[in-house]
Parts: sequence; C-alpha cells; structure tokens
Amino acid sequence: MAKISYAQALVDGMRESMAADTTVSLVGTNVLGLGPQRPLIEQVRDEFPDRVFDPPCSEAGLASLGIGAAMAGARPIIDFGVGSFSLLAWCQLVAEAGVAHHMSGGQINVPMVFTMLHGLRGGGGGQHSHSPQAMLWNNPGIEIVVPSSPKDVKGLFKAAVASNNPTAIISHARLLGVEGEVPEDDFVIELGSGEIKRPGKDISLIASSRSVVTALEAADELSGEGIEAEVVDLRTLSPLDKDIILKSVNNTGRVIVIDETNESCGVAAEISAIISEAAFDALKSPIKRIARPNVPVPASPLLENCLDITPDKIIAAAHDLVGN
Amino acid sequence: MLTKDKLLEFYRGMVTIRAFEEEVRKMHNAGLAPGLVHLYSGQEAVGVGACAALNSDDYIASHHRGHGHCIAKGSELDRLFAEIIGRRSGYGMGRGGSMHIYDPATFNLGTNGIVGGSVPLATGAALSAKLRGTGQVAVSFFGDGVLNQGILFESLNMAALWSLPVVFVCENNGYGEFTEIDDVTAGRPYAKRGEAFDIPSEKADGMDVLAVHEAVSKAVTRARNGDGPSFLIFDTYRYSGHHVGDKQEYKDDEERELWLSRDPIPKLADMLVAGKKIKQAELDELDAKIKVTVIAAANQAKKMPEPDADDLARHIYAA
Repeated sequence: MAKISYAQALVDGMRESMAADTTVSLVGTNVLGLGPQRPLIEQVRDEFPDRVFDPPCSEAGLASLGIGAAMAGARPIIDFGVGSFSLLAWCQLVAEAGVAHHMSGGQINVPMVFTMLHGLRGGGGGQHSHSPQAMLWNNPGIEIVVPSSPKDVKGLFKAAVASNNPTAIISHARLLGVEGEVPEDDFVIELGSGEIKRPGKDISLIASSRSVVTALEAADELSGEGIEAEVVDLRTLSPLDKDIILKSVNNTGRVIVIDETNESCGVAAEISAIISEAAFDALKSPIKRIARPNVPVPASPLLENCLDITPDKIIAAAHDLVGN
Repeated sequence: MLTKDKLLEFYRGMVTIRAFEEEVRKMHNAGLAPGLVHLYSGQEAVGVGACAALNSDDYIASHHRGHGHCIAKGSELDRLFAEIIGRRSGYGMGRGGSMHIYDPATFNLGTNGIVGGSVPLATGAALSAKLRGTGQVAVSFFGDGVLNQGILFESLNMAALWSLPVVFVCENNGYGEFTEIDDVTAGRPYAKRGEAFDIPSEKADGMDVLAVHEAVSKAVTRARNGDGPSFLIFDTYRYSGHHVGDKQEYKDDEERELWLSRDPIPKLADMLVAGKKIKQAELDELDAKIKVTVIAAANQAKKMPEPDADDLARHIYAA
C-alpha cells in the first residue's frame, strides 16, 4: 500500500468521483487551505478544467447555487475553505439543503457536497477556527463526514459524492499533511460505518476527525502502563454508527468521548447522551468528555494551545477512570 | 403576434389563479390552512405571462406568494390545495404547506419561505443546465423585499460572471411585508441593481400580461442563446395584503382603487372583446366553468386523508 498525505487522498477521492460522473463539478478551490498542500488541488483543475470554478467570496450565494444545481440534476462540490465561513451560508445549509427532501415528500433530492476545514490551526482566532459539525448535526437532513486518516477521507469522499443527500465533508486543518497508507484498489467507505482503529478491553476512547489521531497516541502510552484502550473512530456523525459505540462500551464499561467541538451541545455531549440512554448498565464509571472548553478560540499560541486536545489530557482522564 | 388561443390561455391562467386564491382564503378563514397564507391575487399577469414564455422543462423557483407560479407552470390544483391544507396527497405530503411546494414534474424548485431563497436556487439550476448542455432556462421569481437582500447581489454577480441562462423576475408589489418598499430602499430606479453587473435590465407593467410575456420571452431567448441573464422588474399589486387577515391599514383607498382599475384580468378581457376575438358572454361562461373546476378541486382536496404521524421520519434522507 502507498503512503500518501490526507490532502493527496482527498484530491484522489475527488478526482475519481469526477471521473466517474460528468455531472460532478468543483466550485471553490481552497479545499486544502493555504498551507503546503494547497497546490495539490491543481491536479483536479488540470484533469477537469471545464468543471472547476474559482468563485467570488459569496458563501451564501454559492451554497444555494450548489443546492439549486443539485436539485436540477448536477452534483456540485461547494467549497467553503475555512469552516467558519460556512456560517455565512447557515440559512442555505439548514433551511434549504437540509429540509428540501423532507418538505417535498421525498420528491426533491439535493445530491451535493460541501467541503470545509475545521479546528485549531495556529492563529486562526475566533473567526477561522470553528468546528461547525456539532451545529450542523443539530439539523436533520444533512450528512456529516469527519474523516481522521488519508484512507478514510478518500473512501468517504467518494461515498459522499455518490450520496443523494447534501453531505458536509469536514476536514481538520491539521490533518492535511498527515500521511497514511491508502489501498490502491477502487474502494469506497460507506457513510455510517465507524471503525475500531485500535482494539482494547479496558476503556473506550470515542473520537472523530483529528481527535482520533490524538486518541491513538494516548492509547499507545496507556498500553505501556498496562491499560488497553479501544479507539473508536466515528468517521461520520450523520449517519451515526451507534452499534459500534455501544458494542465498545459494553466491552469496556469505561468511556472517554473526545472531540474538538465545544463542550456545550457538542459532539461529545451527544455521544455521551446516547451512551447514557442505551448502555447505562454497562458503565463502571461516569462518562468523561474531553471537548473544547466554552470559550472563543484565541489567536495567541499560548492561549490557543490551552484549548488543544492533547494525549496528556486523555491519559489523565483515563487514569481517573481506571483508578490509577 | 399572439394567437387567440394563446391569449385565451393567458386569460384562463389568470382567472384560474384568482379563483384558486379565493378558495385558499376561504380555507384559511375556515381554519383549514395552517400558518400564514400569502395570496397572489393582483399579481397574476406576472406569473402567467412569464411561465407562458417557458418550455415545460425550464426551471422556476418561486417565493412565499407562490401559488400562482405553481398553477402557471402546470401543477395540479387538487394537490396544491391538499398541500396548503396539509393533506397526505399534497405535493409534499403535508410537510411543506403553502410556502414550500416543490413540483419536480413541472420543473418547479419550490415556493420558498426564505426571502430571496429563489434567487440563488434558480441561478444554480441555470448553472446545472449550462454544465449539462441541456438548453434549459431558469426563472427566479422574487418580491421587492429581495432588492435589499445581499444574496441577490451574490447571485447576480455569479450569473453575469458565468453567463448563466437565468431570468431574474422581481415582482414589485410595493410592499415588503407591511413596509412600503420605497421607504426602505435606496438606489432608483431599482433596475440599476441589475445594470451594476452589466445585466440587461428592464422595468415593465406587471398588470399587463402581454407586456410581461414580451419582456420575459425576450429574456428567455437571450438566455437560451447563451447570452446570459436578464433582470426584469414588474410593477404590480397584492390585493390581499401580506397574508390573509392583514387589515392593510397602511394603504389608502385611492391607492387601492388605482390599482384595481388596472386589474390584469378585465384589461385582457376588454382587449379580447374590443378586438372581436371573443364575446363578453363567452368569457363569462369561461369564468363560471373555471370557478366550478377550482371549487371541485378544493372539495377534492378537503376529502383527502390527513398525513400519517408515523410517516414523519420518512424522507429525511434520500436513499
């Protein structure tokens, strides 16, 4: 298997989707941010020059342009670049794309993809660091993909483009350069299928996006101490693989939910609620959440780093739970 | 030169919409239609004249006062009524209601409760048509309130930039909800909003179905020939206020009478009779027939079953 970056795998997923279906187009070319991976998107333009658009800064208009195009037989990929900018298109995301299929009694489909980068990225501050997946998850009708690895982003990207629903692919800005093995065959990862990234019997670390990478680092260290942590990668929030969560909790009885969205009404809050309702009897100790504290993201590196989810925070929480 | 058949088609369309809206008013007053209903009465010339300039597979996107566009594009009256009163056989199984009626069979991307919602949707449909090379055109209907929505400017820019086959149709009925449009809108004449993007822009009489048809036909031809978007403003009037039940204390009698004297239905009737195309008695007969058809559709809808609450989780996601 070849080892490639998350950014290259995303581009490969996009290219294969566009090759497979001529109605797929890309509107917006800041898919890979402004860092060293940025030029990789030119591979898409080189291969499909007629289907790549450099749009104006008009997030709301662009979002609904994509929605209208999708209702009318195309499969656009609309890129917001920075996840925070999707907030400008919130009405279009939640009150157009998310509700059209239901309000039309199943007659209208909105088969499209929104791409964006989320999370702490170094100096993004309070207007470039949002992780909008929890806010989006508060609205029915939208599929939400939060990959953690090159393999996942490629396989999930293809599934997202093929899906007949509006699907947000939300990539962590700090995952773009992370390398990993990606199968060379033509694979697709079904939306709604989580994955056990590392099996373990003592404690479940439930995470998505970059938090999976952090959880795996923590699990390595915990293993050295004799604590075997199971790392569950949700991969998509909507649809959600509840079975994989509950199965892991039933096996370990101890849970830390790790996620970069805000603590209040965040991803970790929802997962914790699901576990409390469906697997309370399996719990040997209270559920712990490691989420972003409820403060706006500051620009100062010192302050921003305080908010980051680190292996140390996970290890400390694990020690609390297993009584070390 | 329009044929007698075409003119009668306009007449039939406008009378059908007027009769339909009177039934909706009754349904709402009887407590059958949930929420607010916004009647198209008074604006019929715009919807009918514009849709008559389109092919059946051209797209439209409409607004909250959108029953007329659905009818003009060819939706079935009983299923429209059914949706407005929340019945299972309505276009959206009773989930959409008056402001969210989608009918893909007539290439209608929906009436829309978001002020300005139709503008980028039609622009996107035009992008899709262009990318797929289908030759289809898209029309966005929107009210004067949208003249002050930012998304109008975002959409005009992209439509002009990419020369998309879209026609922007502003129905200026003088009021955004309960506020006179002139009190809240800078930049006269409003057609300048299109001109700012080098989009051919024109104002015409929205109480004259022939004027609307002519202006939209010209714009549709431009779009279909690959010459890009047009921006049209039609001055018109909403007889029933913002919604059924709006007492319209903000209007004076003089204004109301002026607009009633310009009503598009008698205007076309007078022209047809004066031109000896048809006798007034024949038009009266046609009116009566249309009324019977519309009332029958309303009664049909009232007999349709209520939605099934167990169905509510269906169609949140497409297969």
